[in-house]
Amino acid sequence: MLKGIGVSPGVVVGPVRRVIAAEVSGPVPANLDQVLAALEAIAQDLEKSAETIELEIAKEVLAAQAMMARDPSVAEVLEGAITEGTAFDIRPIVIDAFGGFKEQLLALGGYFAERASDIDEISTRLINKLAGIESAGLTLTEPTVVVAEDLTPADTAALNLKFALALVCSHGGATSHTAIVARGLGIPAIVGCSGVMDLEDGTKVLVDGRHGEVIAGASDEEVSSRISKEDLLKARAASVTGPGRLSDGTPIQLLGNAGTVDDVRAAVAVDAEGIGLFRTELLFLDSQIEPTVAEQVALYSEVFELMAGKKVVIRTLDAGSDKPVPYINAIHEENPALGVRGWRLTRTSNDVLNRQLQALADASKGKDVKLWVMAPMINTPDEAKDFADRVRALGMDTPGVMIETPAAALHADRILAEVEFGSFGTNDLTQYVMASDRMDSRLSDMTTAWHPAVLRAISIASAEAVKISKPVGVCGEAAANSLLAAVLVGLGVSSLSMAPSALAEVRGFLASVDMDACRSAATAALGARSAQEAEKFARDILEK
Amino acid sequence: MPSQIVAVGSKVGLHARPASILVKAAAGAGVAVTIGRPGEKAVNAASLLSVLALGVKNGDSIEVSVADGENSDSVLATIVDIIATDHDE
Repeated sequence: MLKGIGVSPGVVVGPVRRVIAAEVSGPVPANLDQVLAALEAIAQDLEKSAETIELEIAKEVLAAQAMMARDPSVAEVLEGAITEGTAFDIRPIVIDAFGGFKEQLLALGGYFAERASDIDEISTRLINKLAGIESAGLTLTEPTVVVAEDLTPADTAALNLKFALALVCSHGGATSHTAIVARGLGIPAIVGCSGVMDLEDGTKVLVDGRHGEVIAGASDEEVSSRISKEDLLKARAASVTGPGRLSDGTPIQLLGNAGTVDDVRAAVAVDAEGIGLFRTELLFLDSQIEPTVAEQVALYSEVFELMAGKKVVIRTLDAGSDKPVPYINAIHEENPALGVRGWRLTRTSNDVLNRQLQALADASKGKDVKLWVMAPMINTPDEAKDFADRVRALGMDTPGVMIETPAAALHADRILAEVEFGSFGTNDLTQYVMASDRMDSRLSDMTTAWHPAVLRAISIASAEAVKISKPVGVCGEAAANSLLAAVLVGLGVSSLSMAPSALAEVRGFLASVDMDACRSAATAALGARSAQEAEKFARDILEK
Repeated sequence: MPSQIVAVGSKVGLHARPASILVKAAAGAGVAVTIGRPGEKAVNAASLLSVLALGVKNGDSIEVSVADGENSDSVLATIVDIIATDHDE
């Protein structure tokens, strides 16, 4: 069995077809006319793909790529660089011509940086074309499991996706293009599945996009058992509505994670009971200078209006570590995950945080919303008190903290005493408890919240929270995994906040288990010796 | 050479759809159109990469200049209108 990251759920069985990218070796000679003609041909190809593909988001990407291939500024640079008739090797010239723009876009960050990969794709395509290598596209004529290192927007456009049963990539992460396309098509997808490129074409495999598993030669029983489990999960998700509750009636608040107004709308659409984590980084990342209080008020007000009458947890700026904001995290840090990030920014950019709290207070004035304000990376009771004092001084009465460091989990009794609530950020808590970089795919077996050490940290903190009647929730990816969500409930968590797309399934699953089962599953998982064992113990109890 | 300064209406700035609409219009204008921040280097508005590389955000002031020609004034009005509109509304 091959393991990867499941990014779009579903179970299918079908034959493998690999999309293999050819590589250019040796110099590629070309003259200016050839280069310009190749660019025009690429632009026309891309336009044709944009017309035929049905997915709106891919259409826009392809149309933009066609414009890049036809870009007059690139042509100008190429004209300047190819001075003699035929360049001995066109590769460095092409890479240079596009590279300048790529650097500029990367430096801008945010939305702009996302376009940098489009530039790479055009220049690779151009070099391949000049070297006589056609694009990696393959024609699907029968239902197929498409396997590749990574699928670019142009690859997916070239494929006849009507026949794609599933997409499996050996590279890529949860937010890669493959994931977006697969979810759009409603087919299973797995990324980061190393070893999958070693499968022979035609091998019949089972793909389980929920569990991120590829199995060659699965038995008929295995296949039908997986398909019926998947169907059951989907049926449950469709049948249960309203606020979250267990089968015994215990309410478990189900909330949405959001970073944009669109995400908030998505949470409204799945009938979330509020927003359990609104990330405020985007507004700051998208700007070259600090957004003004007025700009911030405008954004927060829109969120409050969409969530009128409901709970909204806003997290103050969590810049730093993997989300540096240039005008705030100006100093190079040797170890940014352990550096000045989250609420620690009060040490270097105190006014930025004060202005953000002011904007939240202004935006919530007169609004019908239950505003909870939450600080990230709180480590000590003093930090919690400082944060709570500032929030309360501005007339907001529900300050709370993220519990995402081992220090916060171990000292939760004193930290939570200073505030009104806690929220486990399971992604960072896992990274810190396991001392394993969550961006490093070589360590992906360590960076799962199923690890008993992580569950024990959560257990210690939530037991203290229950003692002093302070509510604790979870707002990391763990909450979006139905089984793990039930274990977290068993550990004492009373609210779960997740990507809106995951909410219906978690709601459906929780309605099928009672508190006793959640507690037994939690106890079993705490006693396991590995993440896999913890998951198995929980599954055996909860999926009975 | 007619020119005008305009505030960017698009919420995402000159990115994605708004940038594509602008570049298409500039490429089809029949005269050279440049845009840039007032007082800074202007770029070819028919080049998507140059427009993106300006990193223009919502509300930024952008100066549009159109080379002299028969339709310069109407081209200027069209381009200014595109930049001032929020195309995602």
